[in-house]
Amino acid sequence: MDYFLQQLINGLTLGAIYGLIAIGYTMVYGIIGMINFAHGEIYMIGAFVSMIAFLLLGVLGITYIPLALSIVLIVAMVFTAAYGWAIERIAYRPLRGSFKLAPLISAIGVSIVLQNYVQIAQGARVKPLQPIIRGGFDLSLGNGGQHASLSYLQIIIFLLTIALMAGFTWIITRTSLGRAQRATEQDMTMASLLGVNVDRIISTTFVIGAALAAVAGLMVTLYYGVIDFYIGFIAGMKAFTAAVLGGIGSLPGAMLGGLLIGLIEAFWSGYFSIEYKDVAAFSILVLVLIFRPTGLLGRPEIEKV
Amino acid sequence: MTTPPAAAAPALHHHHHVSLSHMVKDSIAAGLLAALLALPLLGFHLLDSAQGLHLDTRFPLVLWAGLIVFGGRLGLSLAGAAIARRMSHQPATAAENVSAAPAKPKPIRKIAGWIMVAVALVLPFLPFSDRNLVDKATLLLIYVMLGWGLNIVVGLAGLLDLGYVAFYAVGAYSYALLSQYFGLNFWVCLPLAGLLSASFGMALGFPVLRLRGDYLAIVTLGFGEIIRVILLNWQDFTGGPNGIASIKRPSFFGLPFTAVSMDGQPSFAQFFGLDFSPDHRIIFLYYLILVLALATNLFTLRIRKLPIGRAWEALREDETACRSLGINPTKTKLSAFAIGAMFAGFAGSFFATRQGFISPESFTFIESAIILAIVVLGGMGSQIGIVLAAILLVGLPEWFRDLQLYRMLAFGGAMVLIMLWRPRGLLSSREPTIRLGDAPEAAE
Repeated sequence: MDYFLQQLINGLTLGAIYGLIAIGYTMVYGIIGMINFAHGEIYMIGAFVSMIAFLLLGVLGITYIPLALSIVLIVAMVFTAAYGWAIERIAYRPLRGSFKLAPLISAIGVSIVLQNYVQIAQGARVKPLQPIIRGGFDLSLGNGGQHASLSYLQIIIFLLTIALMAGFTWIITRTSLGRAQRATEQDMTMASLLGVNVDRIISTTFVIGAALAAVAGLMVTLYYGVIDFYIGFIAGMKAFTAAVLGGIGSLPGAMLGGLLIGLIEAFWSGYFSIEYKDVAAFSILVLVLIFRPTGLLGRPEIEKV
Repeated sequence: MTTPPAAAAPALHHHHHVSLSHMVKDSIAAGLLAALLALPLLGFHLLDSAQGLHLDTRFPLVLWAGLIVFGGRLGLSLAGAAIARRMSHQPATAAENVSAAPAKPKPIRKIAGWIMVAVALVLPFLPFSDRNLVDKATLLLIYVMLGWGLNIVVGLAGLLDLGYVAFYAVGAYSYALLSQYFGLNFWVCLPLAGLLSASFGMALGFPVLRLRGDYLAIVTLGFGEIIRVILLNWQDFTGGPNGIASIKRPSFFGLPFTAVSMDGQPSFAQFFGLDFSPDHRIIFLYYLILVLALATNLFTLRIRKLPIGRAWEALREDETACRSLGINPTKTKLSAFAIGAMFAGFAGSFFATRQGFISPESFTFIESAIILAIVVLGGMGSQIGIVLAAILLVGLPEWFRDLQLYRMLAFGGAMVLIMLWRPRGLLSSREPTIRLGDAPEAAE
């Protein structure tokens, strides 16, 4: 039972991280119908910026954890969002309205560039960071000799994710920006005719997606303590799987999909085999697509001729 | 997806008339942005030492990044303005050129194609050819063949396959394993490898091909990873990360490429009364892949004229219309998917026999991305375009292997730039193979 509880907690932590990345995929897909292949790399850059910011704060002598964490959070979000904005501007915007595969190829190119850029700039070796937030609660029920704990870090990850999701939902459903965003998603031409600045809305979408991915990068840096230039690929792929699983274009779906992928991965590695955990996530994806092609929360697409 | 407003193109033309001060301002903004982006990742360097991780600063690099982007941006906009000024004197001809371009190049391409085949045929015997060149040309031809194979899936049938390398891996491992466990030779394994890859394609394609295209992309991407993970972890069967070594080399229809005869079989050199040279095998491998690649090409060219090939192209253009005309989309797509996989399987077993050693390392996602990039840069459906793109993306970087680190950076950058410059690929040929009557070409 304790073991089960532990896997559940780990899975939810992992799922929160995947969910935050998945939102970036699902938003971009919803609005311009494109798989932003470089989004995983954005998350990787967020992780690197966070690690650099942590070390810099250490050098500057700011060691009060809540303060340091907030500064790193803001720094990572700002810089990563700048990357997201610049990528959209340089590599995707000129291709809008071009044929369907062109932005995807461009995105794959961007992804390769960013991966190698970070590899050249920061070296290929794995970067380890000392654990910054230690300790936690013991949740063991005491039977079976197993051990379950909920670390403070995991609590922070949950709270941060919930806060971000709440803020984000508020932006999308209540603000004029969110309204314009939803309008653009439904019909880009019509929205632009009605005075919505479509280019700006799309830029904002990329900025928000990148900022959320940066938070995910920060969480991973703290949670695992090791990052390298290659982490974006697998995480990005799983997050995209999560977005499809939840129903691409649906924001709650992305979060739900992320949590499910995280749980599947944690339980699979806990009970079956660690080596094949990636296989498990994708097998589930294939099954979902066979039996429910629109994902869990996606609306069926009505094809107009 | 509705087509977004085509505001981007006209907006560009207005930019040509902007003043110099605007250009400078714009370039300063670009330079500042570059410096901002460079600040965290270039300005600081994570160094790991015995005491743990610490930071090193490299601020001059940030300055350089800003300056280079500023200069580049300013130079480009000045050049753009100069071109625009010249173009504005003769706007009519420019417009005519654009509209006349797609109709013309057909015969030129055909001639260029034959010249390429002729050069490829005599390449090993040209005066400047050496072992190294033939070896690199062999590698290039593998990618050309993979490009042609994937072209059936992406270019003709319009299905986005992001895990094509998985079928290549299936082909390579089936040859390696069949020859290791059953001692079968290359010529028996080649069709078997193709068959196995095709059945993998069927098994994967059957559940997902009835879905929207994007889902196919992600499922094939996942499948590519699954195959790699299985190859890595199923140690007893596939050798895991160590791969499979000493795979049997191919023979010339039973005559081995060895210095002395083996098992009573005369060697290739002895049989033809030649002096033994290790070059024989290299040249033989070159011709083998040339034949395989040309067979793929010929197959594609022929099948485009058969009902099934036409169904693929029709399906790519309009699935709903096809369905109403009685074409079964799932079966039609499945056939394209399986045939594409089959050619990857052939190429894979060739790869295994050429290398003599395979490991999961050779079948990473980046390979799929390269093959897809070749097809798309080549212009989705253009056979010659694929050759050009393969030379550009695989051939050129191969000569700059010393710059290993910067090679992939340039590769990714080239992918983006070529897409920005020619989104439809170097040579786009998306027009249908046949057309009823003289219907005017719809503007794309």
